[in-house]
Amino acid sequence: MPGSMNEPELLHAGLNLGNHPPAMRQQLECSIFGFWVFLMSDAILFALLFAVFGTAIQNTAGAPSPGSAFKISAAGRETFALLSSSFTYGMVSICLKHDASRRWVGLWLAITFCLGAWFLDGEVHDFLKMFHDGVTPQRSAALSAFFVLVGTHGLHVTAGMVWILLMGAQMAVYGIDERVKINFIRLGLFWHFLDLVWVAIFSVVYLRGLLG
Amino acid sequence: MRIPAALRGDFITYVAGYLLALVLTGAAFAVVDFHLAVPATGFALVLGLGFLQIIVHMRCFLHISLQRSARSDLMLVLFSALIIALMVGGTLVILFNLRMRMM
Repeated sequence: MPGSMNEPELLHAGLNLGNHPPAMRQQLECSIFGFWVFLMSDAILFALLFAVFGTAIQNTAGAPSPGSAFKISAAGRETFALLSSSFTYGMVSICLKHDASRRWVGLWLAITFCLGAWFLDGEVHDFLKMFHDGVTPQRSAALSAFFVLVGTHGLHVTAGMVWILLMGAQMAVYGIDERVKINFIRLGLFWHFLDLVWVAIFSVVYLRGLLG
Repeated sequence: MRIPAALRGDFITYVAGYLLALVLTGAAFAVVDFHLAVPATGFALVLGLGFLQIIVHMRCFLHISLQRSARSDLMLVLFSALIIALMVGGTLVILFNLRMRMM
């Protein structure tokens, strides 16, 4: 077995919470690996949406280009919200790993939820403003690709928020037991992954669009 | 109250990741907002900074490690990255080439 004796062996990528009972280790390893497989298939979905966006970006058909329709301050605010929520979820993981009380976990989870809501609020606001200005998906291939790509990410974040609520409920009902911990690890991977996709979106879609 | 070393280590990892990500994001936005470069160079800079930030996220938030165990996870991530590079790169090359020929 690789790894030194005094340092616990890593069971999976992602923050290892450690101190799992032996019976749980096998399940943990399988569960988290399975979730990584899902995440990577999701990554491929996003990558292909990026490819579609890249090939369609110049096909504006006389409609405004996606880049001319948004403001840098809005993109910056959304980026900050999502990035901060990733950090606060990191605090959730640390609290779980170091056996903090349910109250601390709940507090950081609530902050993460609020930051996620702040992000979604900004995105919905942007979309509504674009619709109001007549910048809609059916106008051009470029806009279709833009709304599919950013909208898919938005839907993922929405799903993540529902998941955060469910985890709050699970924690309230079952306490922090091993199965709840596994779910927290998976939610963490999902949430950090969404932030990672957003990095690609704000670089390729927003900042490229604003460069003109 | 004494803070255990392991707790401090984990905490520092997240804080470092957060600060690095903020700096890289800020730099990318600054390039665009202050028009620090011509668009082509600017976009290359933004892509470079974004790539660095993705690595920071993977290292500090997702804890993908090149050392120790969890090798199968690393292999999965690297293989997916390869697939993504092939599919995205291939799509862009073929369709841009097609566009150029049709102009």
